[in-house]
Amino acid sequence: MFEDILKAIFGRLTLEDFVHEPIMAGAGLSMVAALVLAMIGLTFFKRWKWLWRNWLTSLDPKKIGVMYLIVSVIMLLRGLADAMLLRAQQVLNTNAELLNSDHFQQIFSAHGSIMIFFVGMGVIFGIFNLIVPQQIGSRDVAFPFLNSVSFWLFAAGMILINMPMVVGEFSTAGWLAYPPLSGLEYSPGVGVDYWIWALQISGIGSMLSGINFFVTIIKMRAPGMSLMKMPIFTWSVLMSVTLIMFAFPILTATLGMLALDRTLDMHFFTSMAGGNPMMYVNLIWAWGHPEVYILVLPAFGIFSEIVATFSKKRIFGYTSMVIALVAITILSFTVWLHHFFTMGGGADVNTFFGIMTMVIAIPTGVKVFNWIFTMYRGRVDFKTPMLWFMGFIATFTVGGLTGVMMSVPALDFQFHNSLFLVAHFHNMIVGGVLFGAFAAFSYWFPKFTGFTLNETLGKFAFWFWIVGFFVAFLPLYILGFMGAVRRLDHYDPSLGWQGLFIVAGIGVAIICVGVFFQLFQIAYSIWKRKENMVSNDPWDARTLEWATTSPPPEYNFAVIPTVTTRDAYWEMKQSNTKQEIPEYKDIWLPKNSGAGIIIGLFAMTFGASVVWHMWWLAAISFVAVVITIIIKLTDDEPDYKLSAAKVAKHELQAKLKLQEKTV
Amino acid sequence: MTRAEEEVATQEKKTLGFWIYLMTDCVLFAALFATFAVLRNGTAGGPGGAELFDMPFVLVETIILLTSSFTIGLALLASVRGLKKQTLGWLFVTFGLGVTFLGMELYEFMVLIGEGHGPQQSAFLSSYFTLVATHGIHIAIGLLWMAVVMVRLWRRNFKKTDINRLALLGLFWHFLDIIWIFIFSFVYLIGGMA
Repeated sequence: MFEDILKAIFGRLTLEDFVHEPIMAGAGLSMVAALVLAMIGLTFFKRWKWLWRNWLTSLDPKKIGVMYLIVSVIMLLRGLADAMLLRAQQVLNTNAELLNSDHFQQIFSAHGSIMIFFVGMGVIFGIFNLIVPQQIGSRDVAFPFLNSVSFWLFAAGMILINMPMVVGEFSTAGWLAYPPLSGLEYSPGVGVDYWIWALQISGIGSMLSGINFFVTIIKMRAPGMSLMKMPIFTWSVLMSVTLIMFAFPILTATLGMLALDRTLDMHFFTSMAGGNPMMYVNLIWAWGHPEVYILVLPAFGIFSEIVATFSKKRIFGYTSMVIALVAITILSFTVWLHHFFTMGGGADVNTFFGIMTMVIAIPTGVKVFNWIFTMYRGRVDFKTPMLWFMGFIATFTVGGLTGVMMSVPALDFQFHNSLFLVAHFHNMIVGGVLFGAFAAFSYWFPKFTGFTLNETLGKFAFWFWIVGFFVAFLPLYILGFMGAVRRLDHYDPSLGWQGLFIVAGIGVAIICVGVFFQLFQIAYSIWKRKENMVSNDPWDARTLEWATTSPPPEYNFAVIPTVTTRDAYWEMKQSNTKQEIPEYKDIWLPKNSGAGIIIGLFAMTFGASVVWHMWWLAAISFVAVVITIIIKLTDDEPDYKLSAAKVAKHELQAKLKLQEKTV
Repeated sequence: MTRAEEEVATQEKKTLGFWIYLMTDCVLFAALFATFAVLRNGTAGGPGGAELFDMPFVLVETIILLTSSFTIGLALLASVRGLKKQTLGWLFVTFGLGVTFLGMELYEFMVLIGEGHGPQQSAFLSSYFTLVATHGIHIAIGLLWMAVVMVRLWRRNFKKTDINRLALLGLFWHFLDIIWIFIFSFVYLIGGMA
């Protein structure tokens, strides 16, 4: 009787679920301790109200962007710690285990899922929010409140995926959780459910964000900025969000079906009762391959801006760049089967997908050549963002070539699931997406702070990163050829692999030094910010986001600029039209709203209660989300007025501040 | 831009955004349809569509839903002309038809589950229940939305933004109608005849 009541209240949750082995318990405890410390700090310095008003309820995309970046950086550190543990286990390869097999599987599942969903997606949405509205000459995104909801759903997913460190366990089924391993029969615990609901909730946020930025770019460009006058970065975002719109619903459906299999005992992907596990693999990659391009296209856009700015030339082959982006967008939906040539689809199917995979390398190659030609005969200034660009060209080309190798189905039977593949996709995601994010960070940092990052420390960070990267991943190509597979927690010492694993481990250590320099660079630059104060346009850049003050006011542009050419800001500077004092007008801005964080909070409790089968809490959370949405959407006064006089005053103050800085 | 122009622009953005949302929903249904197509022969020795579906019953359901799509159109026409009572009346009729449709669908599910042919029996039934119920959940969301619109209209008069909201609701309702036509053709007609 008593047990029945407990079960009704707590579902599957018991006290034992809080007990973890030492490493995981340590990580979980330090996470909780950090959170408690932060809360004490906020209370002590009386900053709760400030946090709530200025950040948590803000609908300003610039602030939402910063919050995305903060979450992503924390998750990047978590993912890096996971990678260190995995590699340490493989380097030691002793029987006295650092990690037991089960824990090892949990960590690599977490590493992959976190790096893609909470680092990759987080940084690109952060950069979208910070840059896109200003680059197209707009004051805001199309749906500011929806933007806040997207962020808080992302944050809710982030908390869910970290929850297993404190209560329960994580999935052991890898970052894509193939059934039947992820089915109820082989994974009866809560791990896969955590994975499902963390991804489902943050995935819905990503989809809403995709719609938001699509409408923003289509409808809110400055007058005169036709599609073919948009900066390449905006083009890349437009294509990336198009992919999100078409790919993420498939993820939602697929995760939903896996959840039904697990919670309601259905038979979509089981091996019994007519289910078909390969159906899952097809569906998840129909989302998963476009996902790769969702992440990397914005990085292409970032590098296009950087290489043009630092070469003091307009981008080479603008039209071909746009065509290549569109071609990649379309082609990325026709290659998903190359992730599982070994399914046995037959020669015809494999040939089709093999050829399509080789075809998609062509537009990517076009882009690489365009970047290089942009530098040709340019006056190249090798600042840190440019170094990341050069590093990207090297790693991405290596990754691209090994990708083409794997696109040959006959060869893929050798490479499938080997460390060769692992090395390949790290070349693409680290060399492409992460280097892109680092380049963007150092390039746009002064835009939002008014001072630059320390160059010397940035260069140190870059060199440790690039050297560490190749030391860490080139051995994996060799190990892959030797037959080492992914997800390997033990191997027979007589295979002679340990030496190469040790080299790879040293590479990870070098990368860690690089990461240390990055963190130090940020702290040092903030500390010594007075020395690195710069004007509004420190790089002599070409696109509209630099036309606002650095840091920009809440409304971005006091007067919306009119665009006549590509590289609009560059042309404005060249024509050097003396600006008369413009006629300011009233500006309407969205009011803050706490509804976003409330929806995120209840989405999180919904996810957690479904994971633990606490149905009453799930029902309450769901109803709470619905009610919050209804109340918010029937609100008729969502914005407030900033009068023309106030705008004028603010602009004048900004001008004075700038004079002070440059004197 | 003046304030009035800005409001028009906001409505345009919302309309475009809603169209895009509908397209993403279309992709979601496409994934479920594809799964149904692959799994529909996976009956695991159990009954298939031909033995389970009650075609006349489904035909009545279909006619009810199609009629509701017509009546919500009438409601929108009435609202544009500023006829409050007519708008409310047609919305009420639409709401009633929607509830009837949902009730019939639930009844159909109850009968199937009562006979032991629940979604747990086979992959075919899993995909059938999920596809049809996903449509049903959308209908339920539409009904909730309609209820909110009706309460607002009943308590105070429509503003211009409210007419736009009603137009979007109409769009949503027609979209669900189209999805149902596909469900009726692919799941019930083809599945029921085979």
